[in-house]
Parts: sequence; structure tokens; C-alpha cells
Amino acid sequence: MSLFPLQLRDVVFRPNGRAVLDGVDLTLSGEGITVVLGPNGAGKSVLLRTICGLLPSTGGVIDWGGGSFDPLAVGMVFQHPVMLRSSVIDNIALGLVPRGIGARERRMAAMAMLEQIGLADRASDNARQLSGGEQQRLALGRVWLTRPRLLLLDEPTSSLDPSAVEAVERIVRQIRTEGTKILMTTHNLGQATRLADDIVFLAGGRVREHVSVRRFFSQPASVEARQFIQGELPWHLAF
Amino acid sequence: MGGFSQALADAFSLLWGFDARVFEIVLLSLQVSGLAVLIGTFIGLPLGACLAVGSFPGKQAAAVIVNGFMGLPSVVVGVVVYLVLSRSGPMGDFGLLYTPSAMVIAQVVLVVPLMAAIARQVVEDTWRQYREELAALRFGWRATVRVLLHDCRFSLSVAVLAGLGRAMSEVGAVMIVGGNIDRSTRVMTTAIALETSKGDLPLAIALGMVLLALILFLNAGAFALRTSVMRRFE
Repeated sequence: MSLFPLQLRDVVFRPNGRAVLDGVDLTLSGEGITVVLGPNGAGKSVLLRTICGLLPSTGGVIDWGGGSFDPLAVGMVFQHPVMLRSSVIDNIALGLVPRGIGARERRMAAMAMLEQIGLADRASDNARQLSGGEQQRLALGRVWLTRPRLLLLDEPTSSLDPSAVEAVERIVRQIRTEGTKILMTTHNLGQATRLADDIVFLAGGRVREHVSVRRFFSQPASVEARQFIQGELPWHLAF
Repeated sequence: MGGFSQALADAFSLLWGFDARVFEIVLLSLQVSGLAVLIGTFIGLPLGACLAVGSFPGKQAAAVIVNGFMGLPSVVVGVVVYLVLSRSGPMGDFGLLYTPSAMVIAQVVLVVPLMAAIARQVVEDTWRQYREELAALRFGWRATVRVLLHDCRFSLSVAVLAGLGRAMSEVGAVMIVGGNIDRSTRVMTTAIALETSKGDLPLAIALGMVLLALILFLNAGAFALRTSVMRRFE
């Protein structure tokens, strides 16, 4: 059963009375990379966590292509991925544990994935001793191994150097090529232009624009988006 | 002072001469406490992890009870286990009273809350860091408990050592349920108490030295193991 189109209708997340998501309306197709942009505090990370099922929305509807939410079809990679006190291969195989896959198969699949993300020679190393970029590649591989239909990436390159960013972006493109829908947040406008098919601009807990990447950067429709692109962040919308 | 020196010299000669009585008592102590800690590990650590990760009504109360039971007086445990195992008790038919098995049961009751409380704290701290990632990978609570217990294995060695220390140094409960019967249920702590009261200080001192050395040796071994393995994975 397809998860798409994924439709969010008037989704609200209001913990302790403060609206972090204030009526989000958004429709996502099952292809390509959608990048969520917006100032700090706009609700980008909360939006991803709500879609992932990590935070319960306090209002509105999330419609998964007319079907029910399949948690195993949705994966998420965080800004600071968790590395278990174990080897690289154990860490990458971790994602398959809840899928009931046997240890031998997990190890084989993990090794193949390590080849794909360029960490095969580090398989038996301590995962915590990898660089930030390598850890993020591992985190991407860990989720990619579960073959999600929708992959949520929460600022996956925010603390990485340019070469590590490039390596992560290459993997993101590969995942997209395999047919996984990607929804990611970033503060890096260059990255958005490199990766995105369409842009969702979020401010004040609402979707202000959802257009193609070309149109967003050439003809931003909203004042907020224009100011954001020009670096004139509308702070009142952030806090 | 001369009496103490003589007792100390006699104690060393008992140890040096591999006195059969001393080593019989030491061996039984190790068997009873070792088995109790092994069983306690399989109960206490998962229990602590479940209390850390689980979400159920009465979780806070359960955590308070486990913490409270950490300081359970061993004589109280001895009396309760005695009542349960005595002829008229619910497990009287098994005939376990005044056997090493009864001592193991009493020590398990003593070490489980201690190990569970330490495990709960250790696992909870890690759980806070891993929670979102494991939830996003769709780990259920059982799989989460397994992963966290494995990931915290170095820190949890402290819980096992604490349990071992409590079991080996405990005297009240094993005295009550074991009866301190010579060549049957006499362990180091009960023998030390008995021999001191009888005035046989050399044996008491010899056993005391062995007990102290064992606890130091086990702690040093666990510390060395923990340090070397942590160096690899931290």
C-alpha cells in the first residue's frame, strides 16, 4: 500500500499552549527530495518528528495515501546520530533488529551497505571513533538498510565540513534514486538548491510556501521567504 | 598486643598451610555468593532496565520501592526467607531450609534490588540520549531493553560488583536461613562471626583476610576489564 500522497491537514502541535505547528497544510508526492526551509524555531524539526510519529500532533490529520501509518516504512536521521558503544558494523545492522531479521543476514546486509557508503574498511572499528561525517554516513546507511518509503532527514549536515557534506549529499542522492521519498530540513540554502526538487518554507509554525526549488529562489511569493533568502530573517516569526 | 600478633601469625600459617577447613569455607562462600549474583544479574539488570524504559502505571512507585529495598536489612530478609522456607511456609515442602540453596535465595533477595536500582539509573541516563533514535528505528520496549543493557555493559559491571560485595559481606540472612552448620552451610562471614565469639581469632582473621583479598581482587579485575574494553568502545 502506498503512503503517498502524504497529506497534512491543519496539523497542530501545541505543547503547553504554545503553537509550534499552527495548522500545517502540506501535500507530498512519493518522489524526489523536498527540503523544508525556515528560520530557527519555525517548527521544521517538530514537523519531521510529527510525521515520523515521535511526537503526537495535538490537532489535524495526517493522511497516508488513504491508508494507515506504517512505521516501518518511515525512517529518520537526526542531526546528531546515536552511536552505540560497539563496532561500525554492529551500529549499521542495528536498524534491522526490529525487523526480525536473523543475525547472519543482518551482518551480510550491513556489510553490503558499508561498501555502498564507503565505510567497509572501518567495519570492525569503534563507531564512536568515526569522524562526524562518517558517523552521519553510517546513520544514513543504517536507515537506508531498512528500505524506507519515506526518509526524514533533520539537518543531517549542519555540523560537517564541506567534504563530509558532499559525501552525505551523494548518499542522499543515491537513496533518492532508489525511489525513496526524502523530506529534509536544512539551513544551508546552497544545499537546498543542490538537492531539492521542491521547497517547503515554514515560518511561525505554518507553511508559507510550497513550490519548486527554481521558483522558490527566483520568485519567492511571500515576504517572509524573500527576507529569509536575502538573509533578513523575520525574527518575529521565529520566536 | 602479643595475643593479637600471635593470632595474626597463626592466621597466616593457616593460609600458608592451605588449611582444609579455611578453603572449604571459602569455596562454599564463593559458590553461594557467585550463584546468587549470577541469578541476581539475570533478574536485577533487566528489571532495572525495564523500570528505566517502560511506561506503565505505578512506575514511579516501583522505582521508589526498588530504591528503598537497596538498604533492606539482611536480618529482615533472613526472617522472611526463613518463614517462606520453613516447614509450615509456602515453600516448606522443598526442604530447603538450612541448605546452601536457602542461602542463595536469601542473597538473591538482597542483591536484586541493589542491582536493579543501579541498572535503572545507568540505563535511564543512556535511554534519554538514545530514545528518539531507537524510536525512529522502531524498537519496541523489549528490543530497547536488550540494546540498552548491551550498550551499558561496562557501566553495569558496577551493579554486578556492588551485588557481589553485598552478597559476600552479608551475614545476617545466611546465618538465619543457613544455620551456620559446619561443613554444610558455614560461609566466611558466618564463620568469622562464630569463631570470633568463640575466641578462635586465627581462623576468623584468616577468613577475614581471604574475604578482603577476594573483594579487592574481584574489583581490581573488573576495573581492569572495564577500562580496557571502554578504551576500545568509548
